Amino acid sequence: MRSVGLNLVIGAGITAFFVVLATVSMVWTPYDITVLSVADRLQPPSGAHWLGTDHFGRDIVSMLMVGAQTSIAVALIAVGVGVLVGVPLGLFAAATHGSLLDEIVMRGNDVVFAFPALVIAILITAIFGPGAVNAIIAIGIFNIPVFARIARGSALPVWTREFIMAARLSGKGAAHISLEHVLPNIANTLIVQATIQFSLGILAEAGLAYVGLGAQPPIPSWGRMLAEAQTMIALAPHVAIVPGLTIVLMVLGLNLFGDGLRDLLDPRLRERSR
Amino acid sequence: MTLFVLKRLGSLLASLLAASLVIFLVLEVLPGDPAAFMLGLNAAPDTVAALRDQLGLNAPLWARYGGWLAGMTVGDFGISYTYRVPVADLIGARLGVSLPLAIYALTLSTLIAIPMGALAAASRNSPLDTGIMGVTQLGIAVPNFWFAMLLVLAFSVGLRWFSAGGFPGWDDPYAAMKALTLPAVALALPQASILARMMRSALIDTLDEDYIRTARAKGLSRGQALRHHALRNALIPVLTIMGLQFSFLLAGAIIIENVFFLPGLGRLVFQAINARDLIVVRSVVMLLVFAVVAVNFIVDVTYALVDPRLRRPVT
Amino acid sequence: MSLLRVKDLSLSIGPTPILDRVSLEAGRGEILGIVGESGSGKSLTALSILNLLPRHSRLSGSVIFDDIKLTRLSDRALNDVRGDDIGMIFQEPMTALNPVKTIGAQVAETVLVHGKAGRGEAMAIARQTLDRVGLGAEEFPLSRYPHELSGGQRQRVGIAMAIALRPRLLIADEPTTALDVTNQAQVLDLLKDLVREDGMGLILITHDLAVVAEMADTVAVLKAGRVVESGPVRDVFRQMRDPYTRKLFSASAHVPARKAQQSARTLLEVEGLVRTYPKPKPAPWAPRAFKVALDGVSLSVAQGESVGLVGESGSGKSTLARAVLGLETAQAGEIAINGAPVRGPGDTAFATRRAMQMVFQDPYGSFNPRHTVERLVAEPLHLLGTEAPSGAERRRRIDTVLTQVGLLPADANKFIHEFSGGQRQRIAIARALIVEPSLIVLDEAVSALDVSIRAQILDLLAAISERIGVAYLFISHDLHVVRAVTDRVYVLKDGKVVESGATSEVFERPRHDYTRALIAAAPRLDAALKTRFGE
Repeated sequence: MRSVGLNLVIGAGITAFFVVLATVSMVWTPYDITVLSVADRLQPPSGAHWLGTDHFGRDIVSMLMVGAQTSIAVALIAVGVGVLVGVPLGLFAAATHGSLLDEIVMRGNDVVFAFPALVIAILITAIFGPGAVNAIIAIGIFNIPVFARIARGSALPVWTREFIMAARLSGKGAAHISLEHVLPNIANTLIVQATIQFSLGILAEAGLAYVGLGAQPPIPSWGRMLAEAQTMIALAPHVAIVPGLTIVLMVLGLNLFGDGLRDLLDPRLRERSR
Repeated sequence: MTLFVLKRLGSLLASLLAASLVIFLVLEVLPGDPAAFMLGLNAAPDTVAALRDQLGLNAPLWARYGGWLAGMTVGDFGISYTYRVPVADLIGARLGVSLPLAIYALTLSTLIAIPMGALAAASRNSPLDTGIMGVTQLGIAVPNFWFAMLLVLAFSVGLRWFSAGGFPGWDDPYAAMKALTLPAVALALPQASILARMMRSALIDTLDEDYIRTARAKGLSRGQALRHHALRNALIPVLTIMGLQFSFLLAGAIIIENVFFLPGLGRLVFQAINARDLIVVRSVVMLLVFAVVAVNFIVDVTYALVDPRLRRPVT
Repeated sequence: MSLLRVKDLSLSIGPTPILDRVSLEAGRGEILGIVGESGSGKSLTALSILNLLPRHSRLSGSVIFDDIKLTRLSDRALNDVRGDDIGMIFQEPMTALNPVKTIGAQVAETVLVHGKAGRGEAMAIARQTLDRVGLGAEEFPLSRYPHELSGGQRQRVGIAMAIALRPRLLIADEPTTALDVTNQAQVLDLLKDLVREDGMGLILITHDLAVVAEMADTVAVLKAGRVVESGPVRDVFRQMRDPYTRKLFSASAHVPARKAQQSARTLLEVEGLVRTYPKPKPAPWAPRAFKVALDGVSLSVAQGESVGLVGESGSGKSTLARAVLGLETAQAGEIAINGAPVRGPGDTAFATRRAMQMVFQDPYGSFNPRHTVERLVAEPLHLLGTEAPSGAERRRRIDTVLTQVGLLPADANKFIHEFSGGQRQRIAIARALIVEPSLIVLDEAVSALDVSIRAQILDLLAAISERIGVAYLFISHDLHVVRAVTDRVYVLKDGKVVESGATSEVFERPRHDYTRALIAAAPRLDAALKTRFGE
């Protein structure tokens, strides 16, 4: 049981660390990242530049701090889109289980599911050009069927419980029951899924930015830092290694947080320890 | 069983039809006049008119959609505006890189993940289990394209075992497979981490089932119960996950082509986006969607082979 | 010398002590019954014998089977004993079989894993064994899968797996609890035959004293991990030296004191009710088939009357309950309560609905775990719309109903997980009472409870009815309970009422064959003792 708490603490610590970095970077960074200094380019880590500088002589710590803003904002808003659209759809499908409406929602879901986030990003970018907003939309749309499925899947067994029948006997309708009885009982699952989608969103954002479908210059982003570092990898490996490690740490933190949260919230585990 | 396959085939076609409609509407309606969009702002009106003519844009919307669908069924995806060759030829050549890469990676990740997950579940809470779980926890946090860059750094720049990129073509199968090996490993390992964790948790859930206890009461050892009863049941949820993961794998393959300068679908589609060649974009996107839907169909059918409740439903 | 001797067996799982120096003996060709309420440790006693215990279990004491000390054996050596010398049957037939393997392969596996025969011969033995448990080759080929069988049939497959090698001892853990009465009687008969034919020893674990009285030669009464009394069935049941045995005995046969209600005023009137469900179509072009759940059911309940509804699973009794409560729309027929029509979910007036409430079977599933008791009990007040009491008046009504069911007003602030199963059923009754209904539908409301708790709840229901004159529609598969607490009874089979009348009349002089079969199949404590020991 101790390791459960440990996952949660470490995960929450790492996540909080990045959120703080991103927040601080809005008002202060060690160096100004809009100033290019060719003389300082590709410096290895040192006392002045803890993690070195990139090919434009910009401080990598400062770049990573500002980049965290992009990553977190994109992933977080995309999760928001998925939850706000997907969960009501899933609840609706579960409430009308077996009907034509349920079928339509779920088949629609299947169709959206056939579009990986990258494909949606390709479609949007082909028409509107690249940008961070596209990444949000692409990952957000991809999240919708994920949340719809998990909401429906976990709501269905709740609907067969007898307390739902008790609520119906009290004259409550499907919408009322979904909000009052079903949603609170699936909230844990949804919260855990949200942390998973958040970490997947960080990875997806990095991938999209890497291939040029995400945030565009001059907005710093972890994925594009890697794209720019690629040609210099033999020359200055740290420029490629550091942003990658940053992504790994952030995603690892979120995953640990999610695991810890699941162990904490899982009713089966809680029931057992009681 | 036949009926089950027919039903799934029906829903496969329906999904494809709906997806094609979405793609068509996004790329043919959203930009306004696709011809003007593709040629840019300062194109001469008669060039635009000529392209409109070539694209058949003067026909009504539904007729264009129907024409596109009909063309695709016979392998006619249209003529690329930038390359001036049939899109089918362009895609065909690129597919020879992307498809083997995806299959290579899928095979690798399955071969690694299933035994690893099973091993971890069988030795639950042992140091081995903890070790596997730790490695996979790290594995799922690694962006595959960055992992690819590290592989290049280590094996191409450092050890010089592999060339840093490019693709020699299939004339020399050994060289081709060698060129795809680093990309496939980069794709497969993060994927294998996810799959191994799924396998472990599915197997642990299955080992808690009543029928495992029944098997033990018959005199099966722990290992026999796992092999003869738990594995096949655990594969049912794992198969579903594998199908869903395929779309990640496909997206990953397209991104990773950039790291290794592989002439695959990814390169084609990114160039097409820059050149605003909507015909190529449309075809590649449709192909990717087709791949995802088709793989999920295969998974569904395999699922029924494993689970008699789907194969022989009680009516 | 006896076949199995368990001596001073103690078990703890993690920090929790489960068994405390349990000692038992089972002989060849004899049936040992182990009875106890939930939590007594009877199932874990069974699992301890073959050491099929959960993780973190610590076992001490000795289990000696035919001179072999099982508690000394390694897991590998025990594998040779399991399934060969000692077979075991479990409670839940629905989950005890592997869903992806055929029944033939699963029965043959017992033979194969012990290396007693090659594949072909093992399949032949599987065939013989399935025939022996009543699953003939015609209807049950070896290639059948578990999901194609009913619960009773699956339990027979479970028995076949356990007896394929003709073990010397069979352990059956609540083998009939999940089955209908007629199935239960058949499975018990089968087990009795096996003991007689093979000279096998049988350990029968059950919560039901009547089953022990009918089947067992010796009995051990288990309470909180200890054997409080054991010996030949006749001695134990006649003398009942231990107060706990006496308590169990009287609770099993408990009949609450209640006055028969004779009211001329009809409360609920059901006329010609028909409910069908579309079956899933095997193919899109196939014609739609329908399952008939209710086939022209008529019944009535008078004011303050207690009416029983008896039937086995699939008889349509739950469908009837849902239709009566306006949760499902019937295809034909009329339902009226106090003269007001009851139709479907969206079509029944709140004023009509508040006349009926329900108490469910599962004391654990019928409450939203995230709400306080106050909120749970007050939920039906939603039916009063704008007239629903609020503030102090609302609280007063909650206090009143909680007191009525024997709980404290302070319990309103607790969450449901803080209560035991019996207390939860009290809360369920309080929830039903809060809108002052004229009818409460009790759907297997005491089936999940231990006998002593069940007796208390039945007393409570009788007292409430006496005080406020509420009528009950008492739905149950348990004939004793129905007999003990109802004035009239309806017997339901395949969606039809096959017999109805005054309860005493129906039970003493059943007219329909099915009713007779049901009554004959239900184990009865007093009758069994009388037949077997003539007292």
